[in-house]
Amino acid sequence: MTAQPSVAKLAIEPEEKRIGISLTQLALRRLRRDRLTLVALTIVALMALMSFSAPFISNVLNISYTQTDATRTFLPVGAEGHPLGTDDLGRDHLARLLYGGQVSLSVGFLAATVAISIGVTLGIITGFYGGFVDDFTNWVIATLNSIPSLFLLLIVAAVLQPSPTTLILVLGFLGWTTTTRLVRGETLSLREREYIVSARAIGASPLRIMFVHILPNLFSIIVISLAIDIGALILSEAALSFLGLGIKPPTPSWGNMLTGAQTYFTRGVHLVILPGLMIFITVLCLYVIGDGIRDAFDPTAKD
Amino acid sequence: MIKYTLRRLIQAIPTFFGITVFSYLLMAAAPGGPVAALTFSPRMTVAQRELVAKRLGVNDPLPVQYLRWLLGDDWMRWDSDGDGTADGSFLLALDVDNDGEPEPPGQNRGILRGDFGDSFFYRRPVIQMLGEKVAATLELGVSSLLFGLVLGVPIGILAAVYKGKWFDNITRVLAVVFNAIPIFWLGLILLLIFGSWLGWLPMGGRTEMTLTGGVPPIWERWRFLILPTFVLATGTIAIYSRYMRASMLDVMTQDYMRTALSKGLSGRNVWFKHGARNALIPLATFLGPQITGLLSGAAITETIFSWPGLGRFAVQAVIAQDYPIVMTVVIVGAVATMFGYILSDVLYAVIDPRIRFD
Repeated sequence: MTAQPSVAKLAIEPEEKRIGISLTQLALRRLRRDRLTLVALTIVALMALMSFSAPFISNVLNISYTQTDATRTFLPVGAEGHPLGTDDLGRDHLARLLYGGQVSLSVGFLAATVAISIGVTLGIITGFYGGFVDDFTNWVIATLNSIPSLFLLLIVAAVLQPSPTTLILVLGFLGWTTTTRLVRGETLSLREREYIVSARAIGASPLRIMFVHILPNLFSIIVISLAIDIGALILSEAALSFLGLGIKPPTPSWGNMLTGAQTYFTRGVHLVILPGLMIFITVLCLYVIGDGIRDAFDPTAKD
Repeated sequence: MIKYTLRRLIQAIPTFFGITVFSYLLMAAAPGGPVAALTFSPRMTVAQRELVAKRLGVNDPLPVQYLRWLLGDDWMRWDSDGDGTADGSFLLALDVDNDGEPEPPGQNRGILRGDFGDSFFYRRPVIQMLGEKVAATLELGVSSLLFGLVLGVPIGILAAVYKGKWFDNITRVLAVVFNAIPIFWLGLILLLIFGSWLGWLPMGGRTEMTLTGGVPPIWERWRFLILPTFVLATGTIAIYSRYMRASMLDVMTQDYMRTALSKGLSGRNVWFKHGARNALIPLATFLGPQITGLLSGAAITETIFSWPGLGRFAVQAVIAQDYPIVMTVVIVGAVATMFGYILSDVLYAVIDPRIRFD
């Protein structure tokens, strides 16, 4: 990693055309040719863009996610003034999907960020130091992993009565174990490399070695875990909210819009299908992106 | 082997200890705690509330409360002459509220001795209520596990045999797709199609509603089992087929496979008799993770399909803040998982002679 600046300098010189490129550059080049991953990226970006311009879109289409109308409930898709119909209280379904997306996407993204931050920090520390810290962390991981994950979430959610903020923290603080294991394993192998040994020899502090020399080499793991975790945590949030223990109505989320969906079977099928479809598409795209990045960063893959 | 099993059991003790501490702290951290949950009625007076608090012992130091929950309090405050009031105590004061009267002796035997307390709302022993729900969950769990194995393993074998062909590609796509589907939504959609539109399958429940109650034998109500089993098994199918494929590909490069092929055995014989048998061995390690997965999945699946099992019971208890039930389900689920892990390790070592017990 310390060699990168000099490589960049060389690249400017016109005679030196064929120089080695870093794994990150190679990965980016591979990603640019990976159509499936690009399509998935585009879909997720569009979802996020539309969700976060929900106020603007609602304004333009003159729809509202809170305005109830007892005379216009369960309107089907394509109804006049309501492109995706209305729900059981006559609120516009498109607006609710957009605002719900805002909640679901940000909870998933922020919770994954929390989980990955904890996981990476703990993973580097335990992998680097080993010993008691490592044993203790392993014990905590073994304990957390032997409680069925949804039960764990259910209890914590019930105890804390979550707002979106606490829900993010709950999902984040319970979801770091896989990343910790991955990062720990990678750190274990990295810390024996020559450049770490030489950094140690010239007197770099452990903190510097961990966060300047090891952390950048974990980049691919972090990006892959982030994509997968956002997807997995969107699913967890949806399940919790569906059961009534996550995001509480009237705040819409894709999960809680499906609470009680059984009662809509005969009157508004779009209310059953659309929120779940949004979750499904988003999570599928995130998993595809995660896989794509993993393949792109695979050093043994043929180009 | 007995030594190995024993060592694995001893290793599980710190984990079990961690689970009990963790779940106890969680309950203690709940706003208002069990007293608030029990004294919800606005007509309750402050004095009554204090009485409840005293009965639950929530004013004792936290470590003492934890010990009482774990080991009971009949040895903390006891009545040796049988007059109904305590005359000896350990760790606890004889007279907590300083009214001159000693408190009644401890009645609780603690979870380690099988006493999980009474439900707040049903006022019945939790363990007894759990016993009534466990059969339904076992029925669903076992049928899903079997269905997952019966479907997942052959899919994995075929995907490995036809590696890179259309069958392999389709199963790979399906595995990702089923991983990304929220299972509660899959359940809803299946109910919508097969229950509401086509009317082929019941809309939920474990059996027909009858006035007399009771559960008829399984062959009279198999239609109720189809949808929940399928929904709960999707994860299992995805996992087993992927790992079976990897394991099978691993086995197919072994020398004995080449030997079998070169001595003229048919491909089918080699793949199934020599290959698949050996490729099955690593799958034994999935039993532990499968149990957590099935229990988590059961909470959602049972809620959607109104299946009267542990998962739905737990969700309802969490919503009602019935802490004794919640804690018991967590402890029972965690112990089941730990035993699943130990069992799969031992099983793995038993069926694979290359693994040594040391």
